[in-house]
Amino acid sequence: MSQFRPTTSPPVTPGVTGGPRRGPLRVLWRHRWPLLFVSPFFVLFAIFALYPIFFSLYLSFHEWRGIGPMRPAGLANYTRLFGDRIFWNSMLNSVILFFIYVPIMTFMAVVIATVLHGKFLKLQGMWRAIIFMPHLTSMVAAGFTFRLILDTHSGFANQAFQWLGLSPVPWLDDVWWARISLGLLMIWAWLGYNTIIMLAGLQTIPTEVNEAAAVDGATRSQVFWRITVPLLKPVILFAVTLSIIGTFQLFTEPYILTGGGPMRATETPVMQIFSSTFANLRFGYAAAMSYVYFVTIVVLAIVQFKLVTRGDR
Amino acid sequence: MSARHGDLLVKGVTYAALIALSVFMLFPFVWMLVSSFKPFPEIFAGRTFLPVEPTIANYVALFERYDALRKFWNSFYIATTATALSVFLCALGGYAFAKFDFPGRNMMFAIMLASMTIPFAVLLVPLFVMMRNTFGWIDTPWPLIVPGAANAFGIFFMRQYMLSVSDDMLDAGRIDGASEFGIFVRVVLPTALPGLASLGIIFFMASWNNFLWPLAVLRSEHMHTVPIMLNSLQGPPGRTAFDLLMAGSVLSVIPMLIVFFFLQRYLIAGITAGSVKG
Repeated sequence: MSQFRPTTSPPVTPGVTGGPRRGPLRVLWRHRWPLLFVSPFFVLFAIFALYPIFFSLYLSFHEWRGIGPMRPAGLANYTRLFGDRIFWNSMLNSVILFFIYVPIMTFMAVVIATVLHGKFLKLQGMWRAIIFMPHLTSMVAAGFTFRLILDTHSGFANQAFQWLGLSPVPWLDDVWWARISLGLLMIWAWLGYNTIIMLAGLQTIPTEVNEAAAVDGATRSQVFWRITVPLLKPVILFAVTLSIIGTFQLFTEPYILTGGGPMRATETPVMQIFSSTFANLRFGYAAAMSYVYFVTIVVLAIVQFKLVTRGDR
Repeated sequence: MSARHGDLLVKGVTYAALIALSVFMLFPFVWMLVSSFKPFPEIFAGRTFLPVEPTIANYVALFERYDALRKFWNSFYIATTATALSVFLCALGGYAFAKFDFPGRNMMFAIMLASMTIPFAVLLVPLFVMMRNTFGWIDTPWPLIVPGAANAFGIFFMRQYMLSVSDDMLDAGRIDGASEFGIFVRVVLPTALPGLASLGIIFFMASWNNFLWPLAVLRSEHMHTVPIMLNSLQGPPGRTAFDLLMAGSVLSVIPMLIVFFFLQRYLIAGITAGSVKG
């Protein structure tokens, strides 16, 4: 977390500014402007985040169909959840999906950023814009378009494979291919975003470092692996952490592209929370699920952070 | 092989790889566009790239049968209102954190940063109950505007930006007898304009493309936003209206692409802030 700089504060002239003259109220009055300026966040946070989180905890110990009286359920929701294969399967799906697309995407982002940063290409802005464009697209629109392209029987992807003499691929109809297809959509949507972050990281590395290495006779791949990647490590760590959180929050992409199928292979925890709430009307169970899901993400993020920073001290 | 030849080879390979990557990135847009001009049978049966019998019937049907204009208007006014309100409140909060010293500031800032780690899915159930039972806000734009109006990311972003606003300028305003709020509106906001633009684009894009939360709270068809309309064109297997879907997808992407081409610089500045430092 960053440190605060010393800042100015409006001059205080008691008697001129008015307000209470002594006690804690006086302190509040003196700082009324900044307190007023930050208050919208804290008011909205209390109403629309803090209260719901506690309400959700209360809800998770009850059985409730959204209307009518709540029935106390003790730990029943939680004990059921721990034996809920469908839920744990959705958590596992997120982990599998993470390993399918994040390593490749992150590696590609670092390489592309290095190439674009290297100044020896023409039309850098154009390449960057093309790679970034998918990020602007509604994932509903993109999901349907990918579904159309990847349709096993009439999609363009298999048509192109046929022209190339390759055998058709069951893109969305096979457990592992569906996961790969979802990974493709994720790379399509997020590669540009990650590349932009890596580019910003590269801009903080002084060019002298690379030049000195080149003068010393280092090859391009040596410079990349021994200088660029280590210096970029904090930025890569930041991007991977975002990807972990993002993968566990996935909803729209699998909901549209595969509907969670085939055989629940691409179903995510958020889809589970959504369907427990709006399809099955099991609000208490969905609340318990949200809690377990949240705790798992926090634990995973901490473990990842510890693993990656282990060698640093 | 001489060094020069090696350089040429590297360049050639790099360009070839970039072109292949660009095809992958652009192809879905191209496919969306060409499919939107194909009649329904041709989308599945037709094995041609370009439409054999190009038609704008898909676009017409979208507006005549599904009242697309209404949905675009819903998306537009919700995104505009939400963005304007959030940018204003985030700038206000960011300014206070950057330029004032007040009791509890560091703790408040820490609480705010910590709040960023709460995934939205955790709030989905209780927030929905609140919107329906307490506020009666189902089928209104309010759930999409109010709860996220002053969000932690935006305040953090604006704080980093406001740190560079000169203190002399603020003091000059104070000496002139301007109120603190007057200084914010007349001095701070104009100097922070590029930062406001960055944040505004990010918020607008997020609202325009938002799906999960609108899906939960916008139940009646006349309140639907564009992504919800697209989702509702989905039918049972084999009956999904891909012809209309592709037309709608093209229309949903166009405003974002326009924003991108004119304001790319601000968008990229917004995304990279916080990734390198902070």
